Amino acid sequence: MKQYFKYIAILALGIVSCEPEFDNPVDEAGAYSNGEADFSTYVALGNSLTAGYADNALYITGQENSYPNILVQQFEKTQDIEEFAIPFMNDNAGGLLLGGNQITSNRLVLAVGEDGSPSPQVYAGMQASTEVGNVLQGSFGNMGVPDAKSYHLGFSGYGDVQGVEVGTANPYFVRFASSPDATVLEDALAQAPTFFSLWIGNNDVLGYATSGGTGESQTGMNPAEYERNDITNPIVFNTIYQEMVEALSASTSGGVLINIPDVAAVPFFNTVPFNPLNPQDPAQQEYAAQIDLLNSTFAPLNQAFAFLSAEDRNVEFSETDKSAVLVHDESLQNISSELTQVLMQGGLDEATATLYGMQFGQMRPAKESDRILLTASSQIGEVNAERMQELMQAGLDQAAAGRLSINGITYPLQDEFVLIPEEQTIIENTVDAYNVIISQVAEANGLGYVDSQSLLNELADGGISFDGGTITSEYIRGGAFSLDGIHLTPRGNAVMANEIIDVINSTYNANVPKVNVGTYNTVTLSNDVQ
Amino acid sequence: MKKLLFLGLFGLMAAVTYAGGYRVSLQGQRSLAMGHTGVAVVNNAELAFFNPAGLVYLENKINVAAGASAVFSNVKYQNSEFGLSSQTDSGVGTPFYAYGSYRVNDWLTLGLAAYTPYGSSVEWPTDWAGSHLVNNIDLQAIYIQALASVKISDKLSVGGGPIYVNGSVNFNRNLDRTLSDLEGDRANVTVDASGVNAFGWSASAMYNATEDLRFGINYRSEIMVEAEGGDADFENIPNSPLTPFVDTQFDASLPMPAELSVGVSYELLDKWLFAFDYNRTYWDVYKSLDLDFQNPAIPDSQNPRNYKNSSTYRFGLQYLANETVTLRVGYYFDESPVQSGYFAPETPRNDAHGFTGGLSLNLNDKFSIDASFLYNRYEEVNESYAPDPSDFPNYDGVPFEGTYKTSAFIPGLGVTYKL
Repeated sequence: MKQYFKYIAILALGIVSCEPEFDNPVDEAGAYSNGEADFSTYVALGNSLTAGYADNALYITGQENSYPNILVQQFEKTQDIEEFAIPFMNDNAGGLLLGGNQITSNRLVLAVGEDGSPSPQVYAGMQASTEVGNVLQGSFGNMGVPDAKSYHLGFSGYGDVQGVEVGTANPYFVRFASSPDATVLEDALAQAPTFFSLWIGNNDVLGYATSGGTGESQTGMNPAEYERNDITNPIVFNTIYQEMVEALSASTSGGVLINIPDVAAVPFFNTVPFNPLNPQDPAQQEYAAQIDLLNSTFAPLNQAFAFLSAEDRNVEFSETDKSAVLVHDESLQNISSELTQVLMQGGLDEATATLYGMQFGQMRPAKESDRILLTASSQIGEVNAERMQELMQAGLDQAAAGRLSINGITYPLQDEFVLIPEEQTIIENTVDAYNVIISQVAEANGLGYVDSQSLLNELADGGISFDGGTITSEYIRGGAFSLDGIHLTPRGNAVMANEIIDVINSTYNANVPKVNVGTYNTVTLSNDVQ
Repeated sequence: MKKLLFLGLFGLMAAVTYAGGYRVSLQGQRSLAMGHTGVAVVNNAELAFFNPAGLVYLENKINVAAGASAVFSNVKYQNSEFGLSSQTDSGVGTPFYAYGSYRVNDWLTLGLAAYTPYGSSVEWPTDWAGSHLVNNIDLQAIYIQALASVKISDKLSVGGGPIYVNGSVNFNRNLDRTLSDLEGDRANVTVDASGVNAFGWSASAMYNATEDLRFGINYRSEIMVEAEGGDADFENIPNSPLTPFVDTQFDASLPMPAELSVGVSYELLDKWLFAFDYNRTYWDVYKSLDLDFQNPAIPDSQNPRNYKNSSTYRFGLQYLANETVTLRVGYYFDESPVQSGYFAPETPRNDAHGFTGGLSLNLNDKFSIDASFLYNRYEEVNESYAPDPSDFPNYDGVPFEGTYKTSAFIPGLGVTYKL
């Protein structure tokens, strides 16, 4: 009898320890392959796009869903790897504090207004709690530094907290720099990475683009002298980029270089149409009611434009159709004084004629080829308080000043809200120049070349389908871009990661599995706003 | 030494887990050891479940059989396209049975039975790849039945009685594949209902063609367990009018399907007994698990199932080794009711081959110990959950695909007492 029980007990214990086994288990060695690449110490270099910045802020869940962190989770399926450390923010609110004062704003969330329409708002559900001065210890795999330009990665002092206020240092790098004079590149190389990715250069042109082309396209060779909104000279970019990649290549088994997308593919630059004024839109009733008055206001101006043979600047708001906003185009001939003269001859008093001349001397209705920036969308149709003050100080009464201060309708959208075709050409040429450099450097060093330019163009032009639908670059609804219109959502990062995996697999003869795009989130909903 | 081994077995039972199924065929150790046959076998009080008509043929005045099983079962999921893999975490549960019969007179025996023919406990890692379908489920149903067994002749008897069911369900899943609150925690809902009552019945007949050859038939009715006013608890919902999920009540119904068993047994040389059972389970009643939330702002949840009727073929063999020891073995083939395209990880069940064995030890004239084990072998299966939109137009989920592999080993222990 003893024997029987013994056998049963042994049998029980034996089979209990048996687990179901697949013929080809994906969680065991050999299921996938790292090929010729060695992912054991992966370092991701770049800017906000690499850091996981989204919704106009850096916050924890964005960092977790950065494309480098998505990649690491797939790399892990091919070989044993070191922990991929991330310089996590302190919260999901996103703002930065310097000495207790908030220096960057909280993230955006999609809030639903009382009228039921959703719009991006600044999250106010909690206080920002990430103090820049609390420097994190250790080295970090994700070395993406929001705001960094190509030449910043080699700047000593870029991580010095003392330089944040004066603008020589970057608060995000301060948080994880190994010392105040360490450079991003040094800290990366110190980890002896076996694999790297580099996505840098976006901000070298984006600063100019997002400011509406207020900077200049630099020909100077010393980036220390560049202003924030300037475009980095491609010759300078070439030198810096090449040196950086050669230094990284020397110690690694391989890496990928990611090129620069077109601004035209990004919602920040393609969401607001040139002709958003629509009398049929129930949300624009106020505008619709003003059309007659507006047209009578612009009638003497139009006569003056005709007299000055500048009919292309004529302003007429349609009662039925969409109309263009008015923009200030610094490339136009300034006809302020001529305009003032003609208006006075037409019977307008000198003060008013002078104001009109000033305001409309380089004004024209927007054209389809203009790009109105996303930042303008909350401004168009609103009274510009600053302009109104100026006009009142110039002698207009409050009502008249208010009438002439409506953004985009009576007060032309200023330079920082518009990219005119000339500015767009400068940007396009620069991006093309950078991308030629990036692809040449990739080839010269035998690295993977990730064409994010084509990828984002594909998202903008029809989108990329996945098992739950199609991801596009459409603002808010498309799923690829976060609420700031520039940075990717988790799902956008997943698409990016898959593209990089494709390149790695073909460059390094690897078999890294892709991720399921549909399981990554898009924009975050919250009504915890002010 | 004996004591220690006993403790070992009971220790295992404390760590019991349920199989990834929803019909749990573990209603008697003697029957289970013979491939869970028994509709045409007169052996002990297990007849109360297998064929109440046979109770009247038991030799003793009072018969009791009770026992429990320990289900060690695991399910693995993987998706090779994306390199995903997950494994269920063993929960704890104890399918049990307790039967008693009392012979009133020569032609009438009365009985009482408690058993757990349906149940499921599956726990996946929270937020795993299929978390929009299920994170975890715990379904329990206890059947309590009063029985009468009537001898019409030495050859023919009938039996049956009303069934009272007490059930409970606890089910958690994420609302979809991505929705999260600001902290990135996935939005999910737990539905919980307990103390749900329902009624049904069973009826059976046994025919003894010769002294050695018996036929049996047993039918247990469908029982619809209707949960009304259960609690639906929504967690990690973003604070937004676009996601109007708040805690509420829900109504839902879950069928315990009808089952028909027919079988035959043949006794050879007084020492050998062969048994064959055929079960037909009428699963096609289980079309969809629909949760009707009382709060009208919350869209009802439709979870298509589309089960089909399924058959099980059971074979058993018993050998009386000596006065003390009886040995048993068996095999069955259990067809899954889950149709292709409806493979939900909540009941990740494909066809199973069951191999059984066991023994009884007669400690004395009255008391025996019955032990059994069951090993279920499942094929690895590539399946998806992708309800046909023409059948389920309201279901808007995305297909969920992968490879599943299940294993189950189930030791069981029971006692038989007769007086």
